[in-house]
Amino acid sequence: MNNLINFFKRFLMLELFQGLSVTGKYFFARHITVEYPDEKTPQGSRFRGLHAQRRYPNGEERCIACKLCEAVCPALAIKIEVAEREDGSRRTTQYDIDLTKCIFCGFCEESCPVDAIVETRIFEYHGENRGDLYYTKDRLLAVGDANEAQIARDRAADAKYR
Amino acid sequence: MINIEIDGKQIQTENGSTVIEAAHQAGIAIPHFCYHKKLSIAANCRMCLVQVEKAPKPLPACATPVSEGMKVHTHSEMAVKAQKGVMEFLLINHPLDCPICDQGGECMLQDMSVGYGNGHSRYHEEKRMVLGKDLGPLVSAEEMSRCINCTRCVRFGQEIAGQMELGQAFRGEHAEIMSFVSGAVDSELSGNMIDLCPVGALTSKPFRYKARSWELSRRRSVSAHDSLGSGLAVHTKNNRVLRVLPIENDEINECWLSDRDRFAYEGLNSDQRLTKPMIKQGGQWQEVDWQAALEFCANGLRQIAGGAAAEQIGALATGNSTLEEMYLLQKLLRGIGSDNIDFRLRQSDFSADGKQQGAPWLGMSIADIGKADRILLVGSFLRKDHPLLAARIRQAVKRGAQINVIHAADDDLLMKVANKTIVAPSALVDALSKVAQGVAAKQAEGIAGSLASGERVVVLLGNFAQQHPQAAQLQALAQQIAQATHGKFGFIGETANSVGGYLAHAVPSGKGLNAAAMLAKPRKAYVLLNVEPELDCADPQQAMAAMQAADLVIALSAYRHGATEYADVLLPIAPYTETSGTFVSSEGRVQSFNGSVKPLGEARPAWKVLRVLGNLLKVDGFAYETSQAVRDEALQGVNVAASLNNAITGVENKTFAASGLQRVADVPIYATDAVVRRSAPLQATADAARPRAWLNAGELAKLGLQAGAQARVAQGAGSVVLEVALDGGLPEGVVRVAAGHPATATLGAMFGTITVERA
Repeated sequence: MNNLINFFKRFLMLELFQGLSVTGKYFFARHITVEYPDEKTPQGSRFRGLHAQRRYPNGEERCIACKLCEAVCPALAIKIEVAEREDGSRRTTQYDIDLTKCIFCGFCEESCPVDAIVETRIFEYHGENRGDLYYTKDRLLAVGDANEAQIARDRAADAKYR
Repeated sequence: MINIEIDGKQIQTENGSTVIEAAHQAGIAIPHFCYHKKLSIAANCRMCLVQVEKAPKPLPACATPVSEGMKVHTHSEMAVKAQKGVMEFLLINHPLDCPICDQGGECMLQDMSVGYGNGHSRYHEEKRMVLGKDLGPLVSAEEMSRCINCTRCVRFGQEIAGQMELGQAFRGEHAEIMSFVSGAVDSELSGNMIDLCPVGALTSKPFRYKARSWELSRRRSVSAHDSLGSGLAVHTKNNRVLRVLPIENDEINECWLSDRDRFAYEGLNSDQRLTKPMIKQGGQWQEVDWQAALEFCANGLRQIAGGAAAEQIGALATGNSTLEEMYLLQKLLRGIGSDNIDFRLRQSDFSADGKQQGAPWLGMSIADIGKADRILLVGSFLRKDHPLLAARIRQAVKRGAQINVIHAADDDLLMKVANKTIVAPSALVDALSKVAQGVAAKQAEGIAGSLASGERVVVLLGNFAQQHPQAAQLQALAQQIAQATHGKFGFIGETANSVGGYLAHAVPSGKGLNAAAMLAKPRKAYVLLNVEPELDCADPQQAMAAMQAADLVIALSAYRHGATEYADVLLPIAPYTETSGTFVSSEGRVQSFNGSVKPLGEARPAWKVLRVLGNLLKVDGFAYETSQAVRDEALQGVNVAASLNNAITGVENKTFAASGLQRVADVPIYATDAVVRRSAPLQATADAARPRAWLNAGELAKLGLQAGAQARVAQGAGSVVLEVALDGGLPEGVVRVAAGHPATATLGAMFGTITVERA
């Protein structure tokens, strides 16, 4: 009896059509695959990507070297050195984030009392050498300068929840 | 004893204590700002409000004395409401600048705010603004808006430092702390205000913005700058000492630290640090490696010991070298056959050697001094030489003790002095022997009368008395007075290891030459351990002449100093924060410490350098692995307490007659040792100003000089132009010119004749 059933299954290629029906279903269904990099998924305003250091509108860097981000960083990815600037204000002389250590938890951003260190929507950065992912203060400020408009919009959108 | 109940816990406490004291005894925390166990009660911050049953309102725990059956609640609804209310008021005017405040992370206000405050503020109006003040190079008062007016700093000045330099001016919201007379805080204990300040209003100026408190590693150490043996918490980061705080010990430094101990660390990273061994070849200094430098030293010493005889080699160490260093130095010297070793560089009378029953020491514990009721202070610039001892005696005087002073200068001790005799140095022995006679004759007035009426009499010989040319006689007289009054007597050690030097046998044992003789009869070779001869010796002229004449001078030093002129080898050694070692304080307390940071550059701990030198010279017994092994060998079988004995017999009378003007030489507080001399913030203080020639009005008139004029001060072949100043307290016939300072390094002995004439 079993042999008979198997014979018909083979003869009618039932399993093939079963499989093809899945293919057919997805062939005509709405596509959810995104054609990265031509297409991109939408991002939330709280996206935690590449870090940036911000400035005030007058060009003054925001960071006051309180070292809270360094203290809170669970991956010990942040390294800060501090000195008094000529005008008597407390400023960093070194502010490095090692992105190979960073786990993008966002604690640095959360701990910052002056919104100086932020995580942007940028996630498509890369490095060809290991050192390329070691972001120094200049590079972080450059990221901030290039994306300030978006960063400011995102902070504004999130402001009422913070 | 009284029984009270705090938070349901039964507590027995002494009658007269306050609720906060009882609570702290029982381990119950009550939040507070203005209360401090060593200061008087102000009760002005109101943070310690607690509920006391049957009292209608919350009461301040710090100012409420306990009474039998009292029931206190620190967490009841009423207490919590009061604490929250006070916290909200305190925060109304406190700026929210914790992220840039140096106190952030170790701030009482931060902690209390988290523990007892609300999470938010209802205050939206403008905050009060107080302008910053300039209080000098040590204490920063830039952000006085942070002040919560607890007045701890004011009370510290009045009660502990003895000098009210800060005060609270104006009222209500306008109240602010300011230095109302001089504009600066010059007290030698001013750094303690930084510790006392519960907020970030008073912070350390040298430490400003250097690090956050949570980044620092804390290491225990012992102060190397006076003989008290104060405990230090050395805070380091990245192998660098960033600040020094006190370690509390009621028997030594209580919870205080003198500015010298606190800020000397700034000298550790001075530009003048020697980081590589150097040899002088053909008049040129060349950096070499350790091997070459040490072999050069060993060859040099071997040649002199073999050729000219070993007694042509002399070794000098400063009294703040560690026990291990001094022990190895004497072992090395004796190993190659010389007995010429000494660490008492500023002493001029060595006639007590061999007549003394043990190592000279304080003669009592430091705590005993605080309990004394009659004190005789002989020859001591107490406030500048031993600031914390002065603070302790000040407390004793406040409790009713009488202090009597015999000295050659009348410095303000900032305490009530019962009797004082200010005489020229040559008359010091006479003055003391008059007191001894008076005590023997049961005289009722004057110093003798004061001492005779006491139960716990203490006679203390200060630095000046130890450096005096008749030091042994002063010691014998002090002994006589102490015996007659059934009291104790002793030396306030000049340096951190004054007692340790004796225990390490770093003194000649008989046939050898002492420090003065070694320089008076120049040797062919000198080994200098930490010594800057022009600043550390009793007679700089003589010391320099001896150095210039020597064939070989080996200088073990942490700094590149004047030795470049006369030395042949400079060996970089580590100062006290970079080496392990032991100091034996004046009261005989043996305290060992480890290095807090690694030695700078190629500098090495001196005990290791001496060990290698011993091996190169093939002296037996130099196979130490650790400094602990050296210490154990040095103190093996030594009962420290039993080997300390001030008793002296058979002192011969020496004459000390000075014709003309006599010099009174103090070593300024910030010129005592190599590290202190290179601490920039200390050198910027008023105490470190260029020395002046101080004279009384009569002497000024005799010389036809006026205060402020320039005068040429000369001793022997050396002279220096100094500003003349008036000090009405000085006796006739003396001029006070500081020693140990580069400006006066060309002058001669600390005691003796000196001439002053119009420049």
